[in-house]
Amino acid sequence: SRAGFTGPENLSRVNLVLVKHYSQTLYTLYIRSVYHNLSKEAEIKRINKELANIRSKFKGDKALDGYSKKKYVCKLLFIFLLGHDIDFGHMEAVNLLSSNKYTEKQIGYLFISVLVNSNSELIRLINNAIKNDLSSRNPTFMCLALHCIANVGSREMAEAFAGEIPRILVAGDTMDSVKQSAALCLLRLYKASPDLVLMGEWTSRVVHLLNDQHMGVVTAAISLITCLSSKNPDEFKTCVSLAVSRLSRIVSSASTDLQDYTYYFVPAPWLSCKLLRLLQCYPPPEDGAVKGRLVECLETILNKAQEPPKSKKVQHSNAKNAILFEAISLIIHYDSEPNLLVRACNQLGQFLQHRETNLRYLALESMCTLASSEFSHEAVKTHIETVINALKTERDVSVRQRAADLLYAMCDRSNAKQIVAEMLSYLETADYSIREEMVLKVAILAEKYAVDYSWYVDTILNLIRIAGDYVSEEVWYRVIQIVINRDDVQGYAAKTVFEALQAPACHENMVKVGGYILGEFGNLIAGDPRSSPLVQFNLLHSKFHLCSVPTRALLLSAYIKFINLFPETKATIQEVLRSDSQIRNSDVELQQRAVEYLKLSSIASTDVLATVLEEMPPFPERESSILAKLKKKKGPGAVSVELEDGKERGELNGGADRGGEAAIAASNSTPSPSSDLLGLRSAAPVGGPAPSAGSLLVDVFSEAGSAPPSAASEDPAPPLFVCKNNGVLFENQLLQIGIKSEYRQNLGRMYLFYGNKTSVQFVSFTTTVSCPGELQSHILKCIPSLTHTKPVEPLVEGGAQVQQVINIECLTDFVDAPLLNIKFRYGGALQNITLKLPVTINKFFQPTEMAAADFFQRWKQLSQPQQEAQKIFKASHGMDTEVLKAKLLGLGTALLENVDPNPENYVCAGVIQTKIQQVGCLLRLEPNAQAQVAPPPPPTHTHTHTHLCAHALDSHTASVCPSLCGSHCITHCTHLHVITRYCIYVKDPHRVGSSKSH
Amino acid sequence: MMRFLLLFSRQGKLRLQKWFTPIPEREKKKIVRDMTTMVLARKPRSCNFLHWKDLKIVYKRYASLYFCCGLDAEENELIALEMLHRYVELLDKYFGNVCELDIIFNFEKAYFILDEFLLGGEIQETSKQVVSRAIEASDMLQETMEEYMSKPAF
Repeated sequence: SRAGFTGPENLSRVNLVLVKHYSQTLYTLYIRSVYHNLSKEAEIKRINKELANIRSKFKGDKALDGYSKKKYVCKLLFIFLLGHDIDFGHMEAVNLLSSNKYTEKQIGYLFISVLVNSNSELIRLINNAIKNDLSSRNPTFMCLALHCIANVGSREMAEAFAGEIPRILVAGDTMDSVKQSAALCLLRLYKASPDLVLMGEWTSRVVHLLNDQHMGVVTAAISLITCLSSKNPDEFKTCVSLAVSRLSRIVSSASTDLQDYTYYFVPAPWLSCKLLRLLQCYPPPEDGAVKGRLVECLETILNKAQEPPKSKKVQHSNAKNAILFEAISLIIHYDSEPNLLVRACNQLGQFLQHRETNLRYLALESMCTLASSEFSHEAVKTHIETVINALKTERDVSVRQRAADLLYAMCDRSNAKQIVAEMLSYLETADYSIREEMVLKVAILAEKYAVDYSWYVDTILNLIRIAGDYVSEEVWYRVIQIVINRDDVQGYAAKTVFEALQAPACHENMVKVGGYILGEFGNLIAGDPRSSPLVQFNLLHSKFHLCSVPTRALLLSAYIKFINLFPETKATIQEVLRSDSQIRNSDVELQQRAVEYLKLSSIASTDVLATVLEEMPPFPERESSILAKLKKKKGPGAVSVELEDGKERGELNGGADRGGEAAIAASNSTPSPSSDLLGLRSAAPVGGPAPSAGSLLVDVFSEAGSAPPSAASEDPAPPLFVCKNNGVLFENQLLQIGIKSEYRQNLGRMYLFYGNKTSVQFVSFTTTVSCPGELQSHILKCIPSLTHTKPVEPLVEGGAQVQQVINIECLTDFVDAPLLNIKFRYGGALQNITLKLPVTINKFFQPTEMAAADFFQRWKQLSQPQQEAQKIFKASHGMDTEVLKAKLLGLGTALLENVDPNPENYVCAGVIQTKIQQVGCLLRLEPNAQAQVAPPPPPTHTHTHTHLCAHALDSHTASVCPSLCGSHCITHCTHLHVITRYCIYVKDPHRVGSSKSH
Repeated sequence: MMRFLLLFSRQGKLRLQKWFTPIPEREKKKIVRDMTTMVLARKPRSCNFLHWKDLKIVYKRYASLYFCCGLDAEENELIALEMLHRYVELLDKYFGNVCELDIIFNFEKAYFILDEFLLGGEIQETSKQVVSRAIEASDMLQETMEEYMSKPAF
């Protein structure tokens, strides 16, 4: 039943309507401007006259009656809705709120809702009126007041009503319609000011609204419950079984059972979708019966998709498919039922070819998420031809965009060449609006799945050729970096750019890449007379005059490099440099380069020239994690972009876990497996930083500024912040996460800065912090602060940075670090990153100063084996006293000077502050510069990464000591022997001061 | 949740705007401009969904009027499309074969119906009967025609 919007020809009826509800003025206001074809100016003049009239009425001596007030307020609204600004009338509208005439009240509320002004005085008056209506017990008035709160949703309103509304919501005698409004009103307040809405005692009664007899109440309440569940899943987890049984009842009901809640023969489609959405806040139900029932529902929904439609109306199929898509989302969310996943994938596959554009669009969109599931990735891949076809033939750009997203998501090593080729060919005709994103995707895929570098070079050069304007600097910088770092591709690259530059018109970015590469590697193709040095130079120089200043500057540098590579070009190039257009160029940069290069080429000897103009050294590999992956060429491991990311991070962080494993292994006093484990992982040559070291075992001296490691580690492990509080926690091509933290006693605050490195926005950006494992959940409280910061915005603009604050409280000792999970969508593909937050036990160190006598007395008191942790390790680099000291201070302890009789040794003291206990620690570091072999103390290991002490410790203290030892794992010293002795003071009235140690 | 609902004509004239989250006035104007240009530029028989920034845009044309809403990224587009349809049905039921001018001159009714149907960007009541009954009940509370007509016109 399409609505009969018949437009202006329906005037006779409009007249009738006007008599019924409306004033002549509104009519004339509108009709005159529209039908008498008034110009914009004339309309504004007319409106201004009307506004002046209303203003004079409001300001007039005669008090206006309610009717007139309502009339003028209504006119103001009308004028506002025509698109003009309104800056008065608020007071009159507020007055209307307290009218006992319904229409007057109603217009007053409407004005407030549409034109709310956070003028505090008015808000107080408005709140007063609302309060009266809420307590009126007249359901119609109550609803009006609740609608107003929900429409405005300001903090002042939350302060005034957040306590009252839950009571209205759960009260037994509240009318259904009021309950519905109250539920959504509360939701709005919760979203705006979550700190003011305290559910506490109401929780269970709100959850039980899912059982309400009135479908409308359930429909409204479920939005509230979903939002609350997503924020506090534990408190609301009883909703899962209620939701499942409600869903089951709806799914199995006949299409007429639910009367008016059946929409075009589909029973309660809105509620069904909401129920399925609510379940997505939780993992699959643990209770077998509940889970069985749910799986049955999902199967029924999938089955219904195959049944013939009960109506030909599009509303019927839309409602039915809405439920189906929501069910598929849930299946993807669970990601644990291979059978359902495959069925979902097949269903979406059918939709990919459906004649309804909407369904094709949604199928492409849904498949994007399905592609990142391990179970269904392969199944998604089977649709590649259809998707490529959609990219080529869909008439609607938004559908093509989804197809491009899906291709990106389903790309892996097996199909990368095909997908990249298709995307490149699509780029030639792609809409301007999506070109930049496409270019970036192609560049990322090409780099990520490059098996041979010549393919990568070809792809990027094609990219520049096809869509040069959209190729950002990062992309062409990258290709140069890769060519410079890989000598096996340099000749090919030189040949290819040389050929590409033959085109009469080539993009400036191509000239840049060409200039750079020929300047470095032109000699590799100079043997061929067709690309002799002079030919190369002439080719480059033929582009010179068409280029912008930065490109010309780059070309000049290429020329001077030519003089070094090919002495025979010297005369020609010098002539060019000497020409007025160079040496007297009005641009300072160009002029300077021309002058300097000319001089350099004439006075420097060949040797000097060769040194100055030597080939560029390789770029540091760790600048790109993707490049590091590229080098590894590890088989077709990953299944998709997202999964691969996940894997990579798994490796990055895996080290920490392995550190944990090692600790466990060592604590079982089985040293050999632990050393095997570590030996196996530390593939880096001795002397390099150890990529396998756990977060707590990390080489704390790695950022000490000493000589760079001889071999770059495979995965650029993020600097782990044992001894420092600030720095870059994570970086990849898209995102950089900076960290700044401060600690005091057992409390800490961490500032996280998320920087979007791309020019494209990240959407649905969410971060969560979790403390893994049951144990950790009660030893380290780590909550993103609600009071100090807004939750991270869901949208991070290209190039923008957002900040988040995390408050940390150390309850007792711990080993594992909390996890930070970041999810966002970049160009349609879900990025999911999990990182360890660098919270280590030593952050809670309080330095303690003490005299030598005191130190040694305590040292002797702590003489029991389980009070001591020792670690001896060999280090590859010479040690620097200052660096060592800085490290020990960075650890958080006090460095005690003149305490140890041996001046070579370092001693430190500190107390670890946790909420329930303090751990006093004394530490002694004995460097032994001569020893080639470790002195054999009772513990057995001299390997860098073992925890000698852990097995000697009881479970309670074990967690403290490995972390301490770990943090002393100072590989850059020649030889170090760390001994830590400690005792634990429990903050317990009965035991305080007993300093009883374990 | 739904972030906003806009009704605009084929000429790009805004007929109804409803914002479910606080948005500065300037930003609203920008959104309205973006939505009208984007949606009006689309060819007939295109799909009803778009991505815009981090939002899903769902729109549908009914005669001379476009109904267009912005949704959070996790929302279901199809059910939102039917939400628009249900709103049109509600308007139709109230006005009886609703037209654009009904919404222009009875904008307050259009808003009241919307408030009964959607609140805070979430669906409040999906039943056509229940919503209509609520609106009728509030109409019953209106002062009688006579009372209005007896007042001086302006």
